[in-house]
Amino acid sequence: MIWLKPSWQAVLAILLCLVAFALGAMSKPEAAALAEPAATIAYPYMDTKGLILALLLIAALVSTVRLAPLVEGVVLFVGAHIAAWLLIKGIGGFEGTALAPYFLALAAAWLLAWRCVGLLSSLRPAANGAKTALRLVIPAIFGAWILIIWEAVTRGAGIPFILLPPPSAIGARIANSLPILGSDVRQTIFKAVLIGYIVGSFAGFIVAILADRVPFLRRGLLPIGNMVSALPIIGVAPIMVMWFGFDWPSKAAVVIIMTFFPMLVNTVAGLAASGHMERDLMRTYASGYWPTLLKLRLPAAMPFIFNALKINSTLALIGAIVAEFFGTPVVGMGFRISTEVGRMNIDMVWAEIAVAALAGSVFYGVVALVERAVTFWHPSVRGG
Amino acid sequence: MSGQSPAVVSASKLGLTFQTNDGPVQALSNVDLTIGKGEFVSFIGPSGCGKTTLLRVIADLEKPTAGAISVNGMTPEQARESRAYGYVFQAAALFPWRTIERNVALPLEIIGLSKAEQADRIKRTMELVNLSGFEKKYPWQLSGGMQQRASIARALAFDADLLLMDEPFGALDEIVRDHLNEQLLSLWDRTNKTICFVTHSIPEAVYLSTRIVVMSPRPGRVTDIIESTLSRKRPLDIRETPEFLAIAARVRDGLRAGHSYED
Ligand SMILES: Nc1ncnc2c1ncn2[C@@H]1O[C@H](COP(=O)(O)OP(=O)(O)OP(=O)(O)O)[C@@H](O)[C@H]1O
Ligand SMILES: [Mg+2]
Repeated sequence: MIWLKPSWQAVLAILLCLVAFALGAMSKPEAAALAEPAATIAYPYMDTKGLILALLLIAALVSTVRLAPLVEGVVLFVGAHIAAWLLIKGIGGFEGTALAPYFLALAAAWLLAWRCVGLLSSLRPAANGAKTALRLVIPAIFGAWILIIWEAVTRGAGIPFILLPPPSAIGARIANSLPILGSDVRQTIFKAVLIGYIVGSFAGFIVAILADRVPFLRRGLLPIGNMVSALPIIGVAPIMVMWFGFDWPSKAAVVIIMTFFPMLVNTVAGLAASGHMERDLMRTYASGYWPTLLKLRLPAAMPFIFNALKINSTLALIGAIVAEFFGTPVVGMGFRISTEVGRMNIDMVWAEIAVAALAGSVFYGVVALVERAVTFWHPSVRGG
Repeated sequence: MSGQSPAVVSASKLGLTFQTNDGPVQALSNVDLTIGKGEFVSFIGPSGCGKTTLLRVIADLEKPTAGAISVNGMTPEQARESRAYGYVFQAAALFPWRTIERNVALPLEIIGLSKAEQADRIKRTMELVNLSGFEKKYPWQLSGGMQQRASIARALAFDADLLLMDEPFGALDEIVRDHLNEQLLSLWDRTNKTICFVTHSIPEAVYLSTRIVVMSPRPGRVTDIIESTLSRKRPLDIRETPEFLAIAARVRDGLRAGHSYED
């Protein structure tokens, strides 16, 4: 047994394959064909059924042998993904006819991919390039399997398009609607979100400094700022449309209102974050308000300010999209979502959601990268 | 020598009571003290006897609640505004977003020195505290003792005539401590600065000081002031001489007296 090293995922995958094989037909047409051997009924996996199960079985069996983790990972990767690809490809044209063995095979492939990710994340490569590659490959396999399972289940079980279109349909929709998506992104993200975010965050920052400098403003402004933040966006958006018109300025105004307060509160908290001893030190230099602010209190406040910038990056996107539900010119992500829902073009809605998610992640990622560069000294960043 | 030279610090009946949630804490009471120009005064006493508080009152970081104090003939506030003193805190208090070099430059930027003058003073003081070569490091990349040395360099670069030092060498090993004691003495001898120095170490206090102020707690007060008879020029091995040991014994007796009073 020295040369055997079975993982529970591989063992379970083998069992699932055997059960799938024993159950027989992968789909209803196949069952019909088996029932009537005389008739020529086309069914999925006419020639690939054996290949799929064999691939999974071989990959699982090979992985139980004691091998180098990298070799084992590659075997599992190839076996699981080719099998998954064959499964998804074969069901095309026969959506909604899948039987239990189809899902069992899918589960087996998923288990092997799981084992593969587990192996890869246990690798400790020495080279930096390999480390980076590994850091990218592991989440990529993870993400790919979300899409694979989504695709295979929606197709295999024939989930109605309106409820949940398969990712391939959403992808195709994105590819076919690039000009529309592009103009929506330009309208919503590059105008409403970015301008609102910059103005709102900047205003929150400036007001925080003012409130810090002028005590009576602190007592007056903070409660008002608090109240503004509690305004429901659903109520504010139509009013902003009336004030600033249908085009992007009214959406930017909503975003300004939403992003103002987190920045105000965080900056006020950040300005109080510098230590007593550091402030005493500045006092011993007879340092005035502004030098102390610039050299001590603002740098110490940076982690708080970036916290607000990160919160605001997601708030701004939500605000701009929701605000477009209340009247816009015939362009914009929120507008597109609200009208395409009405037309039952759910794939277009999902396409906009995907684009919004991507844009939001990129936005957040950029802010987080700048944060790392600016607050490199903070224990949470320098790792100590 | 305090008799002839003008007083740099002069306190009479000085008292400070902190109002805390558990009632008032009398950190200083009835402190009478005059420090002349060019003196090296050490404050020694058990933890919590108000050494830091006294230094902070001189530095205008704390307002006395009783008595009077003047610094350079002015109120402490005016003295602070005119940048009369440099202060070394009990902890290094370096800014983590600045390199060591930029930390030392901080007070120089605030008083508005030229870049060339800044660079010159940084180089000089970094050499003085043996930190040459660490200019570009960040504080968190240095050991605690090195950080404390950087904070001393920062205070020395400020170059005020009065130096207030709150246990500056507490975090350092014996050898570095000896070295910095020597450096500090020779700096004091050369520049005729006035230095107020808080320490827990009797040999350090005796080695450095022209006068040693012994304090005791609850309420914090001055129990003894010991004039040193040692000459200004002091090699390290002066610490083995009978004269030195005699002064050290007096300081120890003073500290004991303060303690027994408490029991
Ligand atoms: N800000 C403050 N608020 C309330 N009480 C204080 C404050 N600062 C100091 N105290 C109290 O005043 C007394 C003297 O404190 P101080 O820091 O001056 O002592 P110390 O002699 O420097 O002690 P150590 O040698 O431990 O540094 C202590 O009892 C302390 O609890
Ligand atoms: Mg103290």
